[in-house]
Amino acid sequence: MATAEIEPAATATPSPPPWTATLHEWLVTVDHKKIGVLYVLMAVFFLLIGGAAALLMRIQLWAPQLTFLPPITFNQFFTLHGTTMVFFVGMPVLIGIANYAIPLMIGARDMAFPRMNAFGFWTTFFGAVLVYFSFLVPGGPPAIGWFAYAPLTENSFARGPGVDCWALGLIVSGIGTTTGAMNFIATILCMRCPGMTLRKVPFFVWVMFWTSLQIVVVMPPLTAALTMLEFDRQLGAHFFDTQAGGSAYLWQHLFWFFGHPEVYILVLPAFGMISEVVPVFSRKVLFGYEFMAAATAAIVVISLGVWAHHMFSVGMSRTLDLFFVAATMLVSIPTGIKLFNWLATVYGGKLVLKSPMLFALGFLSMFVIGGLTGVILACAPIDFQVTDTYFVVGHFHWVLIGGTLFGVFSAIHYWYPKVTGRMLSERLARWQFWLFIIGFIVTFAPMHIAGILGMPRRIYTYGSDRPWEIWNQIATIGALIQAPSYLIFAYNLVVSLWKGDVAGDDPWDAWTLEWATTSPPPPYNFAVIPTVKSRRPLWDLKHPDDPDWKYE
Amino acid sequence: MTESSSAPTAVLTESESGPPDPTLGIEARPDVHKVGMACFLASEAAFFSTLIMAYVIYLRHGSHGPTPDQVFSLPMVLGNTACLIFSSFTLHWAEKAHHSGKTNVFRVLWAATIVLGTLFLVGTGIEWRGLIRDHGLTIGVNMFGSTYYTLVGFHAFHVTLGVIALAAVLWLSVRGELRGKSPMPVTLVGWYWHFVDVVWVIVFLVVYVVGR
Repeated sequence: MATAEIEPAATATPSPPPWTATLHEWLVTVDHKKIGVLYVLMAVFFLLIGGAAALLMRIQLWAPQLTFLPPITFNQFFTLHGTTMVFFVGMPVLIGIANYAIPLMIGARDMAFPRMNAFGFWTTFFGAVLVYFSFLVPGGPPAIGWFAYAPLTENSFARGPGVDCWALGLIVSGIGTTTGAMNFIATILCMRCPGMTLRKVPFFVWVMFWTSLQIVVVMPPLTAALTMLEFDRQLGAHFFDTQAGGSAYLWQHLFWFFGHPEVYILVLPAFGMISEVVPVFSRKVLFGYEFMAAATAAIVVISLGVWAHHMFSVGMSRTLDLFFVAATMLVSIPTGIKLFNWLATVYGGKLVLKSPMLFALGFLSMFVIGGLTGVILACAPIDFQVTDTYFVVGHFHWVLIGGTLFGVFSAIHYWYPKVTGRMLSERLARWQFWLFIIGFIVTFAPMHIAGILGMPRRIYTYGSDRPWEIWNQIATIGALIQAPSYLIFAYNLVVSLWKGDVAGDDPWDAWTLEWATTSPPPPYNFAVIPTVKSRRPLWDLKHPDDPDWKYE
Repeated sequence: MTESSSAPTAVLTESESGPPDPTLGIEARPDVHKVGMACFLASEAAFFSTLIMAYVIYLRHGSHGPTPDQVFSLPMVLGNTACLIFSSFTLHWAEKAHHSGKTNVFRVLWAATIVLGTLFLVGTGIEWRGLIRDHGLTIGVNMFGSTYYTLVGFHAFHVTLGVIALAAVLWLSVRGELRGKSPMPVTLVGWYWHFVDVVWVIVFLVVYVVGR
């Protein structure tokens, strides 16, 4: 009876499975590609939420003494905006893209621990849900800023459970991030296809390996600090309770020991993505692969010893100030090496100015500016003047948007054809790019000036006697220019699924293994595990007369 | 550099890229489970380092309430420590027996490890009861209480998880699902247990010896 019913269905044209089956498949999947897509979708969703909060704050700052947002709401919004962008947009999108790309790039069938991979995504996701659950608790979301300085987070100042939602949400999502990093390390060390030595991995893979090491070292101290905070709030301990002998200073050290490497966790993968896109669209190999590799390791190691440059104004000792100034300046050396190597890759190349390369060039030009304001801030005497002003806000948005977000957009435009089998619309991508880069500059450049003129960050309004209004108005106009670019991006992602041109396996004529399989790849990635001889296995395959392995 | 757009883009297979070089693919890859466990233990080390550092920073911080030299009874703690250190030895011998196929010796030694770990937990419980009842040391009474219970409590929590993991391996062994298949459960749970022991040695030195 059952077989008689199935047979005609098998011969008929395959009808799409019911949406419940598709949903079930995505919810229980352990496939690295589907999990990667889930991470990216989560990040895009929270990008729109965090961006909306930013837009509302920009409107509130349009003119002096506006009452568009009440002060407490403003404080909650900048807390959620920062937390969301760092933990629920930045890290998930980078981990998601890496999750999708890395097994394909190293010729593996999946990540090392597929079930732990799914666990990592869902804990990250539910951590975010837990933080946003604070909208439903008495007192609403926390109003503590993304770095949650003690003792503002203690019971005496934050009475509602909003801070608890925040702390527990970050512990949960932090566990997810850490398991993701362990998975990358095991995958990259153990699952490379035959012939792919560590010296031959695609550069993005190398960068993710070092980023993962960094995550494994710095996420647990944050978990420990958040646990101490929860013990303070729930069990009556006194770690950060200054009235009972606790130390607000310790929280700052613990938070920034995580917090500063975190910004490298957010930007290093973007470096890796750029290092894939720039060579392919310059039609040249990556210049100075070995120096780039060493610079990556150097950044990771040095960045573990620079955290207290966030704390110059606390009043540490002169010795500590000098140490952290010097250590911070040191980071600019390997970062400079990277920048010059990208420029040398572009130099003399036959540039293909498709959308991934546009965003990559946006990255190269914008990130260097953010890096330079970073060097300025690293000087303790200047930092004393401008710390906690809009100069700092301008600086880190320039790095995280000019660096991370440009890199991520570049990567998504680069790999979207592989993921979906369809090309993104170039026309929409160009609209997005120009609105984005113009809006970005107009938003964040004036913040530097407002900061130098003394505007503190996190104020919900300001007096009309201050010289800040014009700079805030320019910034708000910039935000309004930027906003449609994100919507165009989201629209492009959805519409191109149906309307995009069919991509083929290798639309960019690229050189790494992910382009050797079909678009989208089959669940098992490769029918036969490939064997490679050089850093550009597809070049070798396409040019048997002139393979790379003869020269490497 | 020339560009060729008519290049083949088929799936790269061994046959298409020429006969594989015999030296290819034989470079040693570390075992994936061991790497995963090593990463986990590295993150645990970072976590405990933070707690230990907080303990050291707050040592002799604060003016009221019990202090370490008033409340610790060394014989109790030394007994506890001996249990845990000895359990590392029984575990090591159990692993050796497992590798040489002496299943019964393995089970006895493995069970002894579980018993020693449980004794440690019971000892910690008795110690904490004394601290709370006789000395009035709670997590909220002063900085010493906050940092002590957090550090030692998290360690005891890890010992508890270790005992559960050890018991799970013993259960697999008794059901005959351990032999031959993979030495990994024994090795990896063993790593975890040794790690927890090493953490205890450091905690013991910091809290009960130097910090006293």
